[in-house]
Amino acid sequence: MKIAVIDYGMGNLFSVEQALKRLNADVVITNDAAELNAAAAYVLPGVGAFPDAMKRLAETGLIEFMQTTKKPLLGICLGMQLMFERSEEVTPTEGLHIFQGSVERFQGVSRIPHMGWNELVLTQMPSWLEGKRLPADRYVYFVHSFYATRIDEAQLVGFADYEGVGVPGIVTKDNYTGMQFHPEKSGKFGVFLLRAWLRQVEASVC
Amino acid sequence: MLTKRIIPCLDVKEGRAVKGVQFVELRDAGDPVELAKFYDEQGADELVFLDISASHEGRETMVDVVRQTASALAIPFTVGGGIRTLDDMKRILRAGADKVSVNTSALECPDLIKEGSDYFGAQCIVCAIDACFSEEDGTWMVYTHGGRNKTSWKAVDWAREAVRLGAGEILLTSMNRDGEKSGFDLGLTKAVREAVTVPVIASGGAGNAEHFREVLQDVDADAALAASIFHYKEKSVAEVKSYLKAKGVNIR
Repeated sequence: MKIAVIDYGMGNLFSVEQALKRLNADVVITNDAAELNAAAAYVLPGVGAFPDAMKRLAETGLIEFMQTTKKPLLGICLGMQLMFERSEEVTPTEGLHIFQGSVERFQGVSRIPHMGWNELVLTQMPSWLEGKRLPADRYVYFVHSFYATRIDEAQLVGFADYEGVGVPGIVTKDNYTGMQFHPEKSGKFGVFLLRAWLRQVEASVC
Repeated sequence: MLTKRIIPCLDVKEGRAVKGVQFVELRDAGDPVELAKFYDEQGADELVFLDISASHEGRETMVDVVRQTASALAIPFTVGGGIRTLDDMKRILRAGADKVSVNTSALECPDLIKEGSDYFGAQCIVCAIDACFSEEDGTWMVYTHGGRNKTSWKAVDWAREAVRLGAGEILLTSMNRDGEKSGFDLGLTKAVREAVTVPVIASGGAGNAEHFREVLQDVDADAALAASIFHYKEKSVAEVKSYLKAKGVNIR
């Protein structure tokens, strides 16, 4: 079972790749259509600015592919933000329109970026967490200046409270999952979440 | 709620940890990756690797250390020392580091902060500031080259400028307190904390757990960094964190 980490020239793929490999996933880093079609699921990572990322996704010819795939797709950090309707980072830019909501800069908080460990409060159980025994320690590592807002609450799985702002931490819709924090940098709980997501991929393939 | 961070710092020279942890049975106490694992298990929230290699080969070895750490661990870490160009940043970040810190090189060429921030985002760029109180100037001044050369920058002004250029975090070291174990420089930390809107990591002077409480609770630093207190087991990361929790500091 192959997991494709989508390579569109944005940021730190190494840590995500290694985290998946530690969970015994067979990982390929690619933007090649044939390799993508052969994979069972996708991870869309990303560090950088929203407009650059959308531009590169367009250049790589991946926009429609990601909007139409029926396979599990996990977006991390900027990768999650790209799946919303639009972002105001740098200049207003259209996103992938998979999740409802827009990505905006934090307002009214004392510190930007939102950087460090914050507790994830779960609001519902997505299928891939159902029946799992959740650890008591649910801190995850965030680092971002923009966050998803005006979202559809039905798509929210968990959030973190940052000085009164509810920061969507996990969103889900059909085969799509987004994580604003970095599960690959979030210690044991991050590993737990990645493993749970991978198990669901395995289950969907078998 | 966002928690306060406790950050052990490791000095690495030619790929080997100097001042390694003295008190535990490690297979190789000079192996930075082993030490990183140890601190991760202790509950460290992040790590900082400071590369003090003098040679080009030493800095190449650092890239391997970064790659091995990112392969083995799910913990965020910053790498500083010897980062002078955008290419240096690329090599370290692509090897799996989460942030790079710049110090002397940013004072010599402030555009380095802007270039890095534009390319990777502000959250990847830490501006490290070595500050020392100057009687003559009546305030904390910035020093370069590991504290050897005084600049004309006031610490507060340089912190503000670094953030304007795109730094996403300030790593603030008090040269007066460094190695003294008499507590963090609360005045300096407060002054810089109030001058900028990015997170501030206080460094220099940690001698006991109460020192961490003071700087995190009384002057609201976002994180506190220390080296020797953790390396020589005067206090373990776990002990400091449980003390802070008991005192009501928001800690993971």
